[in-house]
Amino acid sequence: MDKIIEIRHLKKNFGSVEVLKDINFSVGKGEVVCIIGASGSGKSTLLRCINLLELPTSGEILYHGRNILDGAMSTAEYRAKMGMVFQQFNLFNNLTVLGNCVVGQVKVLKRDPQKAREIATRYLEQVGMAGYINAKPSQISGGQKQRVAIARALSMEPEAMLFDEPTSALDPEMVGEVLKVMKGLAHSGLTMLVVTHEMAFARDVADRVVFMDDGVIVEEGKPEVIFNNPTQERTRVFLKRILEE
Amino acid sequence: MFFETVGKIIAKYGPMFLQGAGTTLLIAITGTLIGFAIGLVIGIVRTIPLDAKSSPVKRILLKVVNTILAVYIEVFRGTPMIVQAMVLFYGFAAATGISPDTTIAGIVIVSINTGAYMAEIVRGGILSIDKGQFEAAHSIGMTHGQTMTSIILPQAIRNILPATGNEFVINIKDTSVLNVISVTELFFKTSMVNAGTYKPFETFFVACVLYFIMTFTVTRILRLIERKMDGPKTFTIHGSQTVPEAEIKVTDGEKTTWIK
Repeated sequence: MDKIIEIRHLKKNFGSVEVLKDINFSVGKGEVVCIIGASGSGKSTLLRCINLLELPTSGEILYHGRNILDGAMSTAEYRAKMGMVFQQFNLFNNLTVLGNCVVGQVKVLKRDPQKAREIATRYLEQVGMAGYINAKPSQISGGQKQRVAIARALSMEPEAMLFDEPTSALDPEMVGEVLKVMKGLAHSGLTMLVVTHEMAFARDVADRVVFMDDGVIVEEGKPEVIFNNPTQERTRVFLKRILEE
Repeated sequence: MFFETVGKIIAKYGPMFLQGAGTTLLIAITGTLIGFAIGLVIGIVRTIPLDAKSSPVKRILLKVVNTILAVYIEVFRGTPMIVQAMVLFYGFAAATGISPDTTIAGIVIVSINTGAYMAEIVRGGILSIDKGQFEAAHSIGMTHGQTMTSIILPQAIRNILPATGNEFVINIKDTSVLNVISVTELFFKTSMVNAGTYKPFETFFVACVLYFIMTFTVTRILRLIERKMDGPKTFTIHGSQTVPEAEIKVTDGEKTTWIK
C-alpha cells in the first residue's frame, strides 16, 4: 500500500517529561486509522507532531518517503496537504462560515476567489452547512462549528485528514451529527487519522485501531481484533474500563 | 457679562482659535495613525515565534531587533512628551543646523510617542487572541505573515480599538505641550489670543470648549467604527431540504421565519 505518512522513532519531550517514546507507525492511502487511549497517553501530541504544531524532539516523519523534518519541503506546503480538525473547532472568528472555507484556498493555494467559493460551497453542502454561509462562528452551535471546520479542512483538498478528538467538546446531542459526517468521509475513501474517545465509531469505521498508553503504541490491528481479542493486558484493562462507563 | 466677553473674543479671534484647533487635529490624527502603524509593525515583529527549526541567523537578528524595540518602547513611555519635544527639536536643530518646521516636528514627536504605547497595546491585543486561531491558520498552511494579516490582526485590531481611541483622545489634549517648541496648535494660539485680550478665564474657556468638542466627536466616531467592525447581528439561512426556496432570518438568536 502507498504510504502517505510514515513515522520512525518519533520522540517528544516537554521539558523532562517524555510524552512520546519511540513511536513507529504509518498511514496508507485511503486508510481510516483511529487512535485510542487514556487522556495523557500522548495521542493528541502524536497528531500535533504529525502536523508540526509540535516539533518532535527526535525521529523522522516521512511524507511520501521524504523526511519533512530535514527541510525537504516547507512546513506551510506540507501542512496544506494535511487537513486538521481540532477539539475546540478553532473557526476563524473574524470570518463568516464561507470566509472560513475560502481564506486558505485563496491565500495558500492561490486559487481564484470565485472558484474557491464554489469549492467551499460544495464541501459545505457535503457537511450540511451550505445554508449558513453568511453566519459568523459565534452565531452557530458547536456541532455546526465542527462541521464547518471539517468543510474548511476539506476545501484545501488535502491528502489526509487529521482529527483531534473532534467530538470531545460537543454537547452529547451534537456528537451524532459530526460523527455522521465523518462516517460519510470515511466511506468516500478519504485518508483519515482520528484521535477519539468514541469507541463505537472506531469499531465501525476504522480500518485499523491503534491503542496508545504512556507515550508508546501498545497494540494496533483491525478493530475486531483490538476490541474483541486484544493481545496486551494494558489494552484489555483500558477497554474494560472505558466500555463499562 | 461672562458670555458677552466670550462672544466678543470669539467674534474677534474666532479664526485664530479655529486655526489652532485645525493644527491640533492635524497633529493628533496624523500622529495617532502613524503611531498606530508603528505599533502594529512592532507588535507583529515582537510576536514572531521562534522554534527549534528556526535558523541561528534568524534567532540572533530577532534578538537584536527585539532589544532595540524594547529600548525604544521603554524610553518613550518612560519620559514626558514635553521633554521629548524639547530634546528632539533642539537636538535635531543642533545636529543639522536646520530648524525644522514646527508642525512636522509635532507630528513626528506625537507619532513616535504614540508608537511606543501602541506597540504594547497591539502586543496585548495579539496575545489576547486564542492560540487555537494561530494553530488553525497554520494547519491549513498559512505562513506567519498570512496568519497575522488575514486572521489575527483583524481580531486584535477590533479588540484594541477602545484603547486606540483612548490614545487618540489623549493625543488631542497632549498636543498642547507642543507649545514649548512653538507649534501653532490650539493652546499656543489661545495663549496668543490671551496676550491680546488679557482675559485668561474667558479666553481659555473657549479653548476648553473646543478641546471637548474635538474629543467628544472622536469618541463617537470610534464607537461607530467599532459597531461597523462587529458586522451585522443577523444572518439568513438559505433554503432547506424540504422547502428550498425558504429563507430564515435569524435576529440576535430569535428566529423570524418567512417563506419567499
